[in-house]
Amino acid sequence: MTSVLDQVGLVARRSVRRTLRQPALIVPTIVFPLFLLAVNSSGLSAATNIPGFPADSYLDFAITVCFIQGAMFAAITAGTELATDVQSGFLNRLQLTPLRRLAILVGQMAGAATLALIGAVTYLAVGVISGVDVKSGVGGAVVLIVYALFTAVAFSGIGAALGARTGSPEAVQGAFPLMFALFFLSSMSLPRELISVDWFRTVATWNPASYLIEGMRSLVITGWDGTALWRGVAVGVGVLVLSFWAASRALATRMART
Amino acid sequence: MSTNHRGIVVEGLVRTFKGDIHAVAGIDLEVAAGEIYGFLGPNGAGKSTTVHMLTTLLPPTAGRATVAGFDIATQGADVRRHIGAALQEAALDNFLTGREHMDLQAGLSGMGKADRRRRGTELLERVGLIEAAERKVGGYSGGMKRRLDLAMALVHSPTILFLDEPTTGLDPQSRSALWDEVQRLATEDGVTVFLTTQYLEEADVLADRVGIIDRGLIVAEGTPDELKRDIGGDTVEAIPADPHDLERAADVLAQFGERAAHSPKGVAVRLSRGAEQLAEIVRALDDASIALAHLQLHSPSLDDVFLAKTGRSLEGAGEEGEAAAEEPVPA
Amino acid sequence: MRRDFTSVAGAVLRRNLIHAFTNPALLIPSAVFPLLFFVAFAGGLSNVANVPGFDFPSGYTAFQFVFVFLQSAAFGGVFTGFAAAADFESGFGRRLLLASPRRRGIIAGYVLAAIARWCFTATIVSVAAAIAGMHVDGSLTQLVALVSLALLVNMTATMWGVGMALRFQTLQAGPAMQIPVFLILFMAPVYVPLDLIGGWVHDAASYNPLTALVESGRGFISGVPDVVGLAYLAGFGLVALGLVWALTGLRRAERGV
Repeated sequence: MTSVLDQVGLVARRSVRRTLRQPALIVPTIVFPLFLLAVNSSGLSAATNIPGFPADSYLDFAITVCFIQGAMFAAITAGTELATDVQSGFLNRLQLTPLRRLAILVGQMAGAATLALIGAVTYLAVGVISGVDVKSGVGGAVVLIVYALFTAVAFSGIGAALGARTGSPEAVQGAFPLMFALFFLSSMSLPRELISVDWFRTVATWNPASYLIEGMRSLVITGWDGTALWRGVAVGVGVLVLSFWAASRALATRMART
Repeated sequence: MSTNHRGIVVEGLVRTFKGDIHAVAGIDLEVAAGEIYGFLGPNGAGKSTTVHMLTTLLPPTAGRATVAGFDIATQGADVRRHIGAALQEAALDNFLTGREHMDLQAGLSGMGKADRRRRGTELLERVGLIEAAERKVGGYSGGMKRRLDLAMALVHSPTILFLDEPTTGLDPQSRSALWDEVQRLATEDGVTVFLTTQYLEEADVLADRVGIIDRGLIVAEGTPDELKRDIGGDTVEAIPADPHDLERAADVLAQFGERAAHSPKGVAVRLSRGAEQLAEIVRALDDASIALAHLQLHSPSLDDVFLAKTGRSLEGAGEEGEAAAEEPVPA
Repeated sequence: MRRDFTSVAGAVLRRNLIHAFTNPALLIPSAVFPLLFFVAFAGGLSNVANVPGFDFPSGYTAFQFVFVFLQSAAFGGVFTGFAAAADFESGFGRRLLLASPRRRGIIAGYVLAAIARWCFTATIVSVAAAIAGMHVDGSLTQLVALVSLALLVNMTATMWGVGMALRFQTLQAGPAMQIPVFLILFMAPVYVPLDLIGGWVHDAASYNPLTALVESGRGFISGVPDVVGLAYLAGFGLVALGLVWALTGLRRAERGV
């Protein structure tokens, strides 16, 4: 009987292969966020003139958004792949083997993590070439990539939960706007203290996504800000635990075997 | 129920779904080790539900069953170790190659790297896919996908193989090749095969014994010859030259026996005395001035068996289910 | 002849509406998405109105409302394109082509369906804006004009989507339908007026036909009409292009039947 680790390896290998063989997944993950970054940093460059804006260039401020979008693409990918497996009956096939639920869940993340890694490295490279100044230096850039990967895996749990629950790739993709919304209603576009609409600022303050973004962003525009970092990591860990629990429950129902 | 039985034993198996749907309404059957058992029935009869229960993918609502001597409800893991299944959808990943599929399946079944490679090559050769092994499955034909499906089901050398409508949608050549392989598995490797199908010919040709299921219940069971013998003798089918004569032809033939399964343009009856009645039939049709386009005598088919037991033709019963799913065409 | 065209268009319209309004999973995202953009932009970015040089009389909420209103029209068209692609993927589209005596009615049907669906979305977004206390300084005529601009955008996007659906006949064309529309939308003055945008985006936005529609829409809502002629010229021009795209797509699809 294969060990859990071997099973994870087998499933992960499949997941990575699938992802790398679909340029239609990889290209939008890279192009979309960078396009929006270009548009927003030009369109909102005037925002740096707002008194109290924490960066000299909106590009520095906004590059973090790319990593978040990369995480969302990863989440949707993880969810869609699992939903496709449910829909096509491939999950039934896996159920007939000794494969454990945990192995499917963890292994499936590998593809999403690969996508997020490709995205993160590209965004950082393009950003640095375009003049982004990462205040925390090379070490901070490495931490940024790791942080981005960690966020992607956490959100992939949400995708997987949706995928297992609905068994429908269309339903998973339909959830994408809602995930988008979660990040919009945060301090993604402006720092919390510069949001002038009271209720919006309140929502952004309560929104865990704000802390994820602020943690990441601090590495670029501030340097090493311990508070921002631990808050962001704490939120990430929370999302990871909850999403994996939900995904596990949903998969348990799907993979009900006697 | 003996747990030494190496085949399949089913007692009073029931599966109901929400909305009081009795997909399987209480079936009993026994498949001996090494036998090919054909489970024949129209769409919606309960074939796939039965297979899902026997392969431990769906818990039964009531009843018991053992597969390879293990209880499906309490010894699921043991059942799965001894069975292989090629279910209705050829569940494959379009982005992986045939070889990668075999590798994954073999790996998950517990084989080491060297064994995986060897077993994969052996099975791919056996099903005629060795040349296409490095191609992505997305480019395979329907027949190739089915063959890969079968190869994957055989990776861990199961003693019992479940095939759920394995040749649906295949061309005659691919179908024939699959039949040959199934027969070889049973006769040479001693694999027990539980095969569901809606094709009469498939059950007739392949199965040692056939169980006919309709609306969740087994309506007949036996070898194909036994079943046909049970319902009586030969049938005669007449196709009138003028379609308007169909009803009159039916009235004439009604005197010679009971209604039997027939093609859309014809009418058929089962003869009580067989071929000797043929001359009388011709005379009667001639007296009624009914010109014939076609007259044929044939021995009973499994469709006749189905008709005798359920009052419906097997092919018609399948079409009823499909018709219900049709989209309305805009005016 | 005209009766055939109307009956075909009517059949497509009816089916699409039933499908859309009985499937919350389809309807809700198309309504919620623009709403979220509106809330995020008007709420989260409202401080941008304090940037030196930003001088919009009706306030940032109204400024953003116009963009989101037009964006919802564009995406409404794209979602209808998805529905058309799904129809063709399932084989229903082929049935339509075979059964319809006047096939152009099919395109008309999808356009009407998109408009009907967008009315639902537009109502939701407008109500949200009203609740948010948006200032409307335009007259009723000017507001109707704003709606007419949105309808032009909606029709263009629908015919773009349907043209793609007719050519590819699969939902996998979805991203290809969506991305160009997204690009065109975001290369318009989204956050600030055109003269406050810097860099290459300013040049791109200057040539983007949608810019005139957005700026004109903002003029209507603030009661200070601006670039109206250019906006309608661009709008009708886009509709004409969309129509050519859809009709040539239809011809392609017909050849395959």
